Amino acid sequence: MSDTTDLPVPALDVEAWTCPAPLRDRPRVVMGHGGGGVLSAELVQQIFAPAFGGEVLAQMGDAAVLSLGGARLAFSTDSYVVRPLFFPGGSIGDLAVNGTVNDLAMSGARAAYLSCGFILEEGVELDVVTRVSEALGAAARTACVEVATGDTKVVEAGHGDGIYINTAGIGLVPAGVDLRPQRVVPGDVVIVSGAIGVHGVAVMSVREGLEFGVEIKSDCAALGGLVDVMLAVTPDLHVLRDPTRGGLAASLNEIAQASGTGVVIQERDVPVPPAVANACAILGLDPMYIANEGKLVAFVPREHADAVLGAMRAHPLGADSVIIGEAVEDHPGMVVARTGLGGTRVVDLPIGEQLPRIC
Amino acid sequence: MKYIDEFQDPELARRLLDDIHATVTRPWALMEVCGGQTHSIIRHGIDQLLPHKVELIHGPGCPVCVTPLEVIDKALEIASRPEVIFCSFGDMLRVPGTGRDLFQVRGEGGDVRVVYSPLDALRIAQQNPDREVVFFGIGFETTAPPNAMTVHQARKLGIPNFSMLVSHVRVPPAIEAIMSSPSCRVQGFLAAGHVCSVMGMGEYPELAERFRVPIVVTGFEPLDILEGVRRTVRQLERGEHTVENAYARAVCAEGNPAARAMLEDVFEVTDRAWRGIGVIPQSGWRLAPKYRAYDAEHRFSVEGIRTQEPAECRSGEVLQGLLKPHECEAFGTLCTPRTPLGATMVSSEGACAAYYLYRRLDMPATKAQEATPVV
Amino acid sequence: MCLAVPGRVLDIEERDGTRMATVDFGGVVKEVCLEYLPDLQVGEYAIVHVGFALQRLDEESARQTLELFAELGLLQEEFGDPWETAAAEAAGSEPVEEVRNK
Repeated sequence: MSDTTDLPVPALDVEAWTCPAPLRDRPRVVMGHGGGGVLSAELVQQIFAPAFGGEVLAQMGDAAVLSLGGARLAFSTDSYVVRPLFFPGGSIGDLAVNGTVNDLAMSGARAAYLSCGFILEEGVELDVVTRVSEALGAAARTACVEVATGDTKVVEAGHGDGIYINTAGIGLVPAGVDLRPQRVVPGDVVIVSGAIGVHGVAVMSVREGLEFGVEIKSDCAALGGLVDVMLAVTPDLHVLRDPTRGGLAASLNEIAQASGTGVVIQERDVPVPPAVANACAILGLDPMYIANEGKLVAFVPREHADAVLGAMRAHPLGADSVIIGEAVEDHPGMVVARTGLGGTRVVDLPIGEQLPRIC
Repeated sequence: MKYIDEFQDPELARRLLDDIHATVTRPWALMEVCGGQTHSIIRHGIDQLLPHKVELIHGPGCPVCVTPLEVIDKALEIASRPEVIFCSFGDMLRVPGTGRDLFQVRGEGGDVRVVYSPLDALRIAQQNPDREVVFFGIGFETTAPPNAMTVHQARKLGIPNFSMLVSHVRVPPAIEAIMSSPSCRVQGFLAAGHVCSVMGMGEYPELAERFRVPIVVTGFEPLDILEGVRRTVRQLERGEHTVENAYARAVCAEGNPAARAMLEDVFEVTDRAWRGIGVIPQSGWRLAPKYRAYDAEHRFSVEGIRTQEPAECRSGEVLQGLLKPHECEAFGTLCTPRTPLGATMVSSEGACAAYYLYRRLDMPATKAQEATPVV
Repeated sequence: MCLAVPGRVLDIEERDGTRMATVDFGGVVKEVCLEYLPDLQVGEYAIVHVGFALQRLDEESARQTLELFAELGLLQEEFGDPWETAAAEAAGSEPVEEVRNK
C-alpha cells in the first residue's frame, strides 16, 4: 500500500482534465487496411486510384463493366488469404472460385472464365495443395466456370500462410442489365438472400486463439444461378452486392453513400441465426459486420419486390430471403436500423478489422 | 441465448417504460457507470424511449478508454521487442499511445496477438518457452480475477517466460471522485452489474449514504437497464437513497469470495491515473510484491517511461457528464473512432464512440454530414 | 466493463490441476475456467467473462424478475394507459399517484 495516498479525494477539476493527441496517418500498412472498411477505401482512393487513373476503375464496382468488341464484359479480381485454409463448410479453394464468381454476378454477369494464381509457401505439404486444388476445381464445375489460365510462385518459408490464391474472372453482362448503386432511389426495397454472419463465424470458430465449438458451416456458394432467376423476373434490379468483408453493414453503407439515398432496416427482420448471434455476443461483435460468402443484398424497385422475393425463395440459395428495409430520402448516405425496442441507431461503415472485445 | 433473449423482450420493455413514464415528475440525471451499459443503451436506442426528464450520463466505465497513456506507451515499448509475444484483448490494439498503437507495432514487425482469455496467453507461453510472453492485464473488477488467476497459475506452474503488464482500475473510488466534484450533476447511479458479481455490494451503502444518491446494481440487457432506471427514478421521486440490486440473477451481496480472495493475494491497491481524467487515489490495482517476478514493467525495465497527457480534448467533461459527446467541437470532424482525440472515442464502448457509431442521426445535420466517412 | 454472458455447464474436468468446464452458450461451446466457482455443477448456468465463470446464475431470481416485469404491466392496465399519463404530465398536470405507489 506504499504507493497510495491518504489525501482526501480531490475535486475533479474539469479544466485540468486532459487527453492524448490523436493518432493520425499511419506510415505503414496495418491489418485494418484489408478489412473492407474505411481504411481499405482510403487505401484505394488515396494511393491506388490516383496512381492508376482510368474511368472504369473510378466506378469502384465489385466488378468492372467494360465494352469490348461490341460486348459488355464484367471483369473482376480478388485475392484469398484466409486462415486456416480449411474451415467448416469450405476451404480457400472454394472461396477463390465463389468470391470472384460472385463479384461478377453482382454486375449481372454469369462468370465464363477464371484465371488462378497460386502463391505457395516453401514447405507446405503437396497434399494440402492437392486438396485445395481439388476443392477449387469442384467449386468451378459447380459454378459452371472454367479455369482458363494460371500461375504459380513459391515464397520462402515464413513468408506466407501456406497458400495464397488470386483469381480473376470474366463474364458477359446480359443486355438491359445495369446494376449500380447510383440507380437506387428512395422507395427501393432491400432484400437479403438469407442468414447473415455464417461464414465469418464458421472461420472464427477454428481460428487459432479463438476456437469455439459451433454447429455452423460457411455459407460459401456461387450466386450466379440465384442472380439469373432474379434477373428473369425483371432486368430492372437496381443494385446487388455480396456482403463479404465488413458484412452487411459495409455493403449497405457503400450503396447508401454511392446512391446518395438513406437506408432504413428493421433490425428484427435481419436474419441472424442463433449460433451467429451467440458467438457474436461472447466475442463482442456485431453480426451486421461479419463476413458472408454465399449471400447477396439486393435493392429492388418496389413494384418488382414481391415477384423477385418469390423467385429468390424458390431457389435453393435464396430459400430464406427476406425484405429487411428500404431506401429513403431522409439521412442521405446513412444506414439507420430500427431496433427491436423501437429506437434507432446508425449502422456505420466499419473502420478496420473486427476484433473480439472485453467491454 | 437463454437469459439474454428474455431480457430483450419488447413487450416487457414497454411495460417497464410505461412504469418509468408514469413515475417521473421532475428532471433527473442518472449515470450508468459501465461502458457495457452505455453500449447497450445506444445499441438498442433505449435513451430515445425514456422520458425526456430522465437523462443518462455516460460514465467512465470503459477499461480500454481509461487505461493511462503512460501504460500504453509501456505496452508499445515491450511489444516492440523481438523476443516478446505480446498478448492482449482485441479492443486494446486500437488505443493510441504516443504516436502509435499496437496495430502499428504489429505492422513494424512486433508479435502482437489477440487472445480471448488471459489463460490463452499463458498457454502461448508454455508452447513458446524460448520467447517472452507478456499479457496486457487491464480492466475493472470483473476482468481482474481472471488476470489474477493467470498470474497465480504462472507462479504455481513455474512458467518463467510469462509476465503481465497490469493496469487495473476499481469502480467505487471513481464514483467517489465523480460525486466529490463541485460541478457534478449526477443524482443516481446504475452500478455495473458484472463488477458486483465479483465484488458484491458491500462498498456501496457508505457511498449512497455519504453522497445521498441512490445506487442500483444494474445488468446489461435492455430490460435490465430499464429496471435499473425504473428503480433509481422511483427512489429519487421518493427522496430515498439506498443501494438496490436490480440484477439479482447474477449479483449477490457478498459477490464471489474466491475471486475476491485471489484479488487480495495477487494485487495491491494503488493510486491510478485514468486517461483523460487524472489520478484518482486508491483507484487501481497492481501486482503485489510477491508476484513482482511476473511484473512486465519490472522485467522489461519500463518503469522509467513517463508520459504527460497533452491537453487537447474535452473527454474529461464527457466522462463527467458535463458535455454530450456531439457537443464537443472536435466530434466527428477532428475526432473519430479512427483518429480519436480522447479516451471516450477510443473504445467502441466509450461514450463518444457509441454516439459516433449509433446516434449520429440525432445530431445536427451539418455535424452528421461532416462525421460521415467519405468513400 | 465487461462483456460477460450466461452459459450452461455441459461437463467438468481437471486439467493441469485446474478445474475446467465445457460451457454451452446457445449452441456455441467454449472452455471455461471454474476455479472461482468450484462447486458449480453440470447443468447449472454461470456468468462467464474472458473464459472464467465468475458467478452462478440464479435461475429462480431470473424467473422472478421477469414475473415482476409482467406484473408491472398488469398494474398499469388497472390504472389506465400510462402513455396518456406521461402525455398529461408533459402537458403540466400532476402525475397519477396511485400508479406510482402500487
